[in-house]
Amino acid sequence: MSTATRSLPRTIGAHAILLTYTAIALFPVILVIMNSFKSRAGIFGAPLTPPTPKTFDLIGYTTVIGQGDFIHYFQNSLVVTVASLFFVLLFGAMAAFALSEYRFRGNSLMGLYLALGIMIPIRLGTVAILQLMVASGLVNTLTALILVYTAQGLPLAVFILSEFMKQVSDDLKNAGRIDGLSEYTIFFRLVLPLVRPSMATVAVFTMIPIWNDLWFPLILAPSEETKTVTLGAQLFLGQFVTNWNAILAALSLAIMPVLILYVIFSRQLIRGITSGAVK
Amino acid sequence: MGSLKIENVKKAFGPVEVLKGINLEVTDGEFVVFVGPSGCGKSTLLRVIAGLEDSTSGRVVIDGQDVSVTPPAKRGIAMVFQTYALYPHLTVKNNMGLGLKQAGTPAAEIDRRIGIASSMLSLEPYLERRPAELSGGQRQRVAIGRAVVREPKLFLFDEPLSNLDAALRVNTRLEIAQLHRRLKATMIYVTHDQVEAMTLADKIVVLNAGRIEQIGGPMELYNSPANEFVAGFIGSPKMNFIDGARLGETAKTIGVRPEHLTVDPKSGSWKGTVVHAEHLGADTNLYLDCEKAGLITVRIFGVYDAEPGATLYATPDPARTYRFGADGKTIK
Repeated sequence: MSTATRSLPRTIGAHAILLTYTAIALFPVILVIMNSFKSRAGIFGAPLTPPTPKTFDLIGYTTVIGQGDFIHYFQNSLVVTVASLFFVLLFGAMAAFALSEYRFRGNSLMGLYLALGIMIPIRLGTVAILQLMVASGLVNTLTALILVYTAQGLPLAVFILSEFMKQVSDDLKNAGRIDGLSEYTIFFRLVLPLVRPSMATVAVFTMIPIWNDLWFPLILAPSEETKTVTLGAQLFLGQFVTNWNAILAALSLAIMPVLILYVIFSRQLIRGITSGAVK
Repeated sequence: MGSLKIENVKKAFGPVEVLKGINLEVTDGEFVVFVGPSGCGKSTLLRVIAGLEDSTSGRVVIDGQDVSVTPPAKRGIAMVFQTYALYPHLTVKNNMGLGLKQAGTPAAEIDRRIGIASSMLSLEPYLERRPAELSGGQRQRVAIGRAVVREPKLFLFDEPLSNLDAALRVNTRLEIAQLHRRLKATMIYVTHDQVEAMTLADKIVVLNAGRIEQIGGPMELYNSPANEFVAGFIGSPKMNFIDGARLGETAKTIGVRPEHLTVDPKSGSWKGTVVHAEHLGADTNLYLDCEKAGLITVRIFGVYDAEPGATLYATPDPARTYRFGADGKTIK
């Protein structure tokens, strides 16, 4: 390992590859943000150049904010994402604890059943979900979205968390039992703090698809009251005329909350990803 | 105030039978050590006593009360674990007090007991620290303190010294022995280390493959082992086992402890060559390859100079030679 870091050509090579990859990965994001600060003529005239004093224009942002409802869309997205995340983590962790801690008949079958959802896309059930929501009167409510996203996030959460919970020391849980702690206290006070890094990992993997989803908001909650940001941005996509300034501005704004949440979780996340490999 | 009775306890994990019918009685104030090789069921037995595992059948009686279905917190026990198992988010003081707090003990009483326990284990300077800020030895003392504070009928120790280094192990062993003398409490201690068993126990329970091989005081086990397994397990270095037929004996196996053999360069019962010599200062361990007896260990007190390859004669002490039958049992 030390020989690899000492050889200069190798270091340069490795950095070159990584930097190239970073540039490729960031390119679309930068393009979106860059062009969101340009006038319409600027976007179409020279899409790859950064905004110059001549092309700089905040028209996109003023349109988006002036649209009034957009703040509301943000709120909806945030409510749906945070609530779904909360339920996924809570129920996922509880199921994972049961699977990893208690010996009962059909334990591993149950684990497999709960993990099955990772392989079957929830969108296959869209029609049934819609019928269900219509029947229960939940169409055009945020509750509908929260329920669906919770179901969508649970399989991966249960799968990842149960692996991590198996690593929590049995002695610690038993010490709690001897001290008279209830199973709930053992779970919330002893086990959860120890699997926090893996919770953050699950949180990030769950959060991003929910925030970015267009499918379910479009089908289950397309009303003005319940629109999410991604759906709201469609407003500017017309069949004949597309307001590119507004779309780019809306997308740039939509990146922010995810970015902030990601930064919050990222330190925990790296520990979560590596903790299995490096003790 | 702390007797224990185990009646025909069996435990199976699926088709695997870990405990095959254990019967045991522990009287008040006794220090009992469960000892045996790994996988013999000693930890499982301790967990059944603690209530952390349910036995498949049989009864556990503490102080005359059948506790077979009582949850661990209500059994009047306290347990010390190999990995300390301290609550990482609580200070030393709260770690020790949590069990009492859960049981609804008044705060003044909790403080009083923590005060006594922490002075007993010299933990006073660390009361406000968290486990992460303590060394291994200190953590284990906190774990012991947590047990002491509860004033249990029964102390359970699950290999408490295994995670400590050699020097600390001796110190903590001494502390546990003193603790037992001071509290006069009943203690059950699980270990795979026969030295810990010999030094601490009033009564040793030797377990093997889910069965009790023998119960007795340390010297009883050393001087009159019931069978070949106990004879081999107790004592270090291990007892020499020699095929009876090679010595022209009727018994299946002949056992001689290394310390009950004498060597002489000129004459003796078994002629052999020195394979290796271990010089420990207080005593010397010689490994001899004998024509008649095979490879044997001889323990000589003090310094003895012997080069590998030298010829020596070993003679067993006839009064301290053990004879084992084909079933492994000692022939009296």
